[in-house]
Amino acid sequence: MGIFFDLIIGGFAIGACYALVALSMVIIYKTSEVPNFAQGEMAMVATFVAFSMIQSYGIGFWTTAAITIVFSFLLGCALELAFLRPAKDPTVLGLIVITLGAEMILYGIAGWKWGANQNPFPVPFSEYSGIMVSGVMITEINIWTFVTSVIMMFLLFLFFRYTKVGVAMKAVQQNAFAARAMGIPTRRILTFTWGLSSVTGAVAGMLIAPIATLDPNMMLDPMMKGFAAAVLGGMTSLPGAAIGGYLLGLIENFFGGYVSLEFKSVVAFAVIVLILCVKPSGLFVKHYEKKV
Amino acid sequence: MDMKRDYFEDIQLFRTNTVLVATVVFLAVLAIVPFFAGAYTLYVLNLIAIHSIVAIGLNILVGYTGQISLGHAGFFAIGAYSCVLLMVKAGVPFIFALPAAGFISAVFGFVLGLPSLRLEGPYLAIATLGFGMAVTQVISHSDFTGGHMGIKAPPMSVGPFVADTGAAQYAVIVTITVILAIAAVNLVKSRVGRAFVAIRDSEVAAEAMGINLPYYKTLAFAVSAFYTGIAGALMAFALEHVSAGSFNLILSITFLAMVIVGGLASVMGSILGAALLTYLQLKLLVIQEAPGIGPFLLEVSKRFLTPEGIPNIQSIVIGAIMIAIVIFEPLGMHGIYLRTKRYWRTWPF
Repeated sequence: MGIFFDLIIGGFAIGACYALVALSMVIIYKTSEVPNFAQGEMAMVATFVAFSMIQSYGIGFWTTAAITIVFSFLLGCALELAFLRPAKDPTVLGLIVITLGAEMILYGIAGWKWGANQNPFPVPFSEYSGIMVSGVMITEINIWTFVTSVIMMFLLFLFFRYTKVGVAMKAVQQNAFAARAMGIPTRRILTFTWGLSSVTGAVAGMLIAPIATLDPNMMLDPMMKGFAAAVLGGMTSLPGAAIGGYLLGLIENFFGGYVSLEFKSVVAFAVIVLILCVKPSGLFVKHYEKKV
Repeated sequence: MDMKRDYFEDIQLFRTNTVLVATVVFLAVLAIVPFFAGAYTLYVLNLIAIHSIVAIGLNILVGYTGQISLGHAGFFAIGAYSCVLLMVKAGVPFIFALPAAGFISAVFGFVLGLPSLRLEGPYLAIATLGFGMAVTQVISHSDFTGGHMGIKAPPMSVGPFVADTGAAQYAVIVTITVILAIAAVNLVKSRVGRAFVAIRDSEVAAEAMGINLPYYKTLAFAVSAFYTGIAGALMAFALEHVSAGSFNLILSITFLAMVIVGGLASVMGSILGAALLTYLQLKLLVIQEAPGIGPFLLEVSKRFLTPEGIPNIQSIVIGAIMIAIVIFEPLGMHGIYLRTKRYWRTWPF
């Protein structure tokens, strides 16, 4: 029975990371109808910046986290301003190619600056000690990952519910044209959306880095999982993406624990294809039929 | 000016004598190159030819049929591994293993095409991305395929003729490339090609015109996968070794970049794009040896970045090219060619 609870705890911890990655994708997908393939790399670069600050300049962890969040916001805004805004009515393929190009650029920059070495990401939480709950060990890092993700989601909820910018973002997501007619500067809001999504991704990156190792390929796998989670919950639903992330973490961990550890990574792909074939709009979104 | 007046003009392979002569001259140049070029040049040309096959195959899917795929590294890997495994484990001769690799890849293409019937745009991109990554994962974890270490490719041989030198490989690879390129040009001019284009322009309208949507969509995936599989098999021989790690997402993106740079829905563009990007990639890998800019970059890297990370400049450049093409020249090199042609046709007026 012990392994069962271990898998649940591990699943929730890794699912928390997937949920955040999925959220950051959904935030962008809802506004610009483009799956942001650069998301993982944006988070990876932000995490590397945090790593450099801790390692090379000896800045404390919490200060670093705060600076990284500001940096990732600026990075997201900068990418939108530099690459997406100049494109004049791009097609879906064009948008996808732009985000892929951004991914290549960020990947190259990270490889150039930090090399291909695998670095440990230092956090003030232990991977080995923690609290025992009726014979099952919950490590500090798992608690920290889970709690941070929940706090982040709660903050996002508050942001979209109660701040003016958040409500404006929702308005742009629902109908950009009507939003503009109501006096919302849609393009500026779109830039902020990228910034917000980048922040969410960066938090996910800083949660994933201590579990995995920090190198330029770090986020390729979580990005895939984030997509799977987003598809599972529905690409247009924020709560759906969050729940999808936790679900995927659990599914994947149980598959790894009971079926096959080697093919654990294929689960995400199987989930994507299954969900897309059975219920393309995701588990938590009403199906929307496209008209001619 | 470019209007086609009857059906024959639409389907003929060479529209004008100029095109015919240019093609013949180009093929003649290809034929005599191995007698003059050195080993490295031939290696580069082999890579360009192989990437051209992939770009043509991917263009049939992306440019003509309008379906996005980010999983072509997966088909590339399937082609490479099935050809090498067939030869090593089953002792099938190269001449049969190569088409077999193409068809195995095509079967996977057909299977991946099935979800495409229900997906479009972004969702399809995500699903194919997942496919590409899943293939690499499975291959690198399976003992049968040699795991992470990969396997060594046997020399390719056509009958008694063993292609072990660069020139001999060039002969085999370029011949196959030319055949596949001409086949692609013919395919897109045929009934099937027109069905692809109709699906790209409007699925609903295409279906209303009586085009069998499931059939043609999966066919496009299968044909595209066939091309990529063949190219993958040839790549295994050009590099003499296959390993799962090289078939990653970056490779899929590079393939897509070749199509975008060359120009959507253009076979010639695909070849140009593949040639340009392959050449750039190889040159950028050794950019620190370039005169002028090389020492400067090395100095910058030493001071602010890591010198061993310099080859990553190729990712940066390719990414920048992809973005620039979408923003400034959505039709790619084929678009530039069309504009130039139109300009000079009426010159000096």
